[in-house]
Amino acid sequence: MMFATAKRLHSNGVLGLNERNADFIMRLNPRRLYPLVDDKALTKEVALKAGMAVPDLYGIIAHQVEVKNFGDIVRDKESFVIKPARGSGGDGILVVTGRGKRKRDNYRLSSGVFVSEGEILHHISNTVGGQYSLSGNRDKALIEYCVHFDPTFAEVSYQGVPDIRVVVYRGYPAMAMVRLPTRASDGKANLHQGAVGAGVDMATGETLNGVLNNEVVDEHPDTGALVAGLNIPQWDFILESSARGYDVTGLGYLGVDMVIDNDLGPLILEMNARPGLNIQIANGTGLADRIARIDEIFDASLTAAQRATAARQEFPATAGRQARLF
Amino acid sequence: MKQRYVYLLAALLTVMGLSVFFYKWQVLGFPISENQETPVWTIESAITFESGPGSIKVQLHVPTLTPGFRMLNENSVSRGYGFSLNYGSGGREAQWAIRRADGEQTIYYRISVYEDDSVDQSDTTPPFPPLPVINEPLKTAVDVLVADVRNQSADTASFTTELLRRVNDPSPDPNVELLMAGADTNADFVRVITMILASARIPARMVRGFPLTGRQRSATLVAWLEVHDGDDWLYFNPVTGEETLPERFLVWWSGNESLVNVEGGSNVDVRFAIQQNQLDAVAIAESQTARRGKSAVDFSLYSLPIQTQAVYSVLLMIPIGALIMVIMRNFVGIDAFGTFMPVLIALAFRETKLLWGVILFSILVALGLSIRFLLDRARLLLVPRLSAVLIVVVLLMLFISMASHRMGLETGLSVALFPMVIIAMTIERMSVVWEERGAVDAIRAGFGSLVVAVAAYVFMGLSWLEHLIFTFPELLLVILALVILSGRYTGYRLSELRRFKALSTE
Repeated sequence: MMFATAKRLHSNGVLGLNERNADFIMRLNPRRLYPLVDDKALTKEVALKAGMAVPDLYGIIAHQVEVKNFGDIVRDKESFVIKPARGSGGDGILVVTGRGKRKRDNYRLSSGVFVSEGEILHHISNTVGGQYSLSGNRDKALIEYCVHFDPTFAEVSYQGVPDIRVVVYRGYPAMAMVRLPTRASDGKANLHQGAVGAGVDMATGETLNGVLNNEVVDEHPDTGALVAGLNIPQWDFILESSARGYDVTGLGYLGVDMVIDNDLGPLILEMNARPGLNIQIANGTGLADRIARIDEIFDASLTAAQRATAARQEFPATAGRQARLF
Repeated sequence: MKQRYVYLLAALLTVMGLSVFFYKWQVLGFPISENQETPVWTIESAITFESGPGSIKVQLHVPTLTPGFRMLNENSVSRGYGFSLNYGSGGREAQWAIRRADGEQTIYYRISVYEDDSVDQSDTTPPFPPLPVINEPLKTAVDVLVADVRNQSADTASFTTELLRRVNDPSPDPNVELLMAGADTNADFVRVITMILASARIPARMVRGFPLTGRQRSATLVAWLEVHDGDDWLYFNPVTGEETLPERFLVWWSGNESLVNVEGGSNVDVRFAIQQNQLDAVAIAESQTARRGKSAVDFSLYSLPIQTQAVYSVLLMIPIGALIMVIMRNFVGIDAFGTFMPVLIALAFRETKLLWGVILFSILVALGLSIRFLLDRARLLLVPRLSAVLIVVVLLMLFISMASHRMGLETGLSVALFPMVIIAMTIERMSVVWEERGAVDAIRAGFGSLVVAVAAYVFMGLSWLEHLIFTFPELLLVILALVILSGRYTGYRLSELRRFKALSTE
């Protein structure tokens, strides 16, 4: 069977793109709030104001003339990340993990490849020119702290930084997954670039098995390690932070992307007003049922922490799903 | 609430679009399918005569009311004559006049008609005819005949039938024989019958015209009998007595007056020729609507200059392409570059034809991409790089045109109509996707664009659809309604049925 039937998907509560766009994004995410999440510099600002943890910002390059300042910004930094403020889908992100031993202006990327400062400057000026921005308009390049990720996912990541995506519906965390970079995804934690997504049991923070290119997988394709059964540290804090993302942005249908730093704990990398639907495949369950449940229990007076607790109680991984794992 | 609003809006647009469409189709007679042709008959009458010494005036009866037919146009060809159309006692008369003419003269009058069942005899009810003055012994014969026929009939129709039966009897009674003694021609025969009917106070008249069959070099006028029963005119075959009209009978004129009247000329002869041709139904609907003074035709695209029409026949298909785009994106879920790029590519395919279009598009994009990758090494800023790609695309088109011209392939020349800016943007988008997501994603999206473009081309190229939209642009409102409705489609896309296959277990 190449195709599922619409009826079966519907009875499993699977959310489709059209429904997501028409019923959730257009209804719950007013356009005027988009800049808050589309511009990562702004996201960082509002998250900091709300007391959320974010990676340190080293500098912003907003104009072509400032591109030459790059050397000064990273003078005393060994590792850093360059990302477009308005990028989408992880495009245009450059992770520098170190420098050449003899030449300081030679940079080692997360893939292990060395590039010259000239190439990085070209990348930055492309970014500023808008090559990676959603609309093709001029953009800013952010240079920020490079996360030293927690060893929890070391076995199931190929280079890059694994991150945790939580979909938050009206302030309630509804579903979560861990995105694990692979060789195919070039170290990026983006599912449609070939990263592995693993569902997460909302109650315990334990990973379920993963999905690669829309197919269910048990092992990481590069390392061979089992994807399921890993315990995400500080799960409580992660859920509460993502629930708070709603208070900060006002977006009713929100994706919060977090990474776990070895030293700093969970950090918010970015937020997304149009989170994808692959999270459903990673969790082996549809979003629509959970969304309907949140609509039932919705209480505007609850705090972020209370909403996170409610989500933990309401959405444990289903028994059927657990049985399929082992 | 939102849902109701959308349905209401869509319903409103559909009703508006369809009602104008049905009005134009059913009432104004705009043809629904392409090349729908209606037979049109052109009847030409040629009047020839020898001119006399003085001024000449020619009067010709021409069709006035034509039940079953509608006049498309009429005209006259006459060298040096003044021409006018007047209403006489027997209907319309064409009149030519000239101060002086030499030798044999020929005057043409031409009328074109087409069948239209909605045209009926809209004559007023005639008054009872005055009793004709008939001299003895004919008067007695008429009186006896009328009395006999009246005894054996119930109403006007049966009276006429009975009368016709008697006058056409192969062994007629002496009264009929006496009355018909001088009636040599068919017309004379009918004239006598109308006189007898007048004696019975029945309004009757002779009509003359042609059964339109096909092409006739010289057509002869047929005399027919028309009797009014108080409500309608009834038609009788004067020879058989049947109440009928020959098929496709065009009434030329009615009454006893002669067809043509020439003052100042002699040896008058009138010949009729009938020509049948097919005429585009649109043209007929147009002229008919214009004749009725309806404003619908003012807003018809057919009233625009031909060149503008050609532009609009293409432009009006863009909404069809947009609809295909919506279906491909939101119902099928195909990845494509740009929102309407495939529609514009499809438009370009119209000029190049499909196969060539796909080949040219692929060549251009492939060459452009490789040059784009070469440019990438130069590390150009975004806008200069885009411009450079655009210039390269233009140069490539020039090259392809020249090369194909050299090879004798004319299709290569139409490449110039390709939307080069769109292609340049496609190349840029594709190269970014290529770098970021890899060749597979880039080629898949490029192929998706091509598939959507081909689908849009196929639908935009349906000639019946093009005709329909061009003749009834109001149908675009229906397409607008469809697009608005699909804007609220929240079901799965076809591609998602595959994507979420893993979630289809119990």
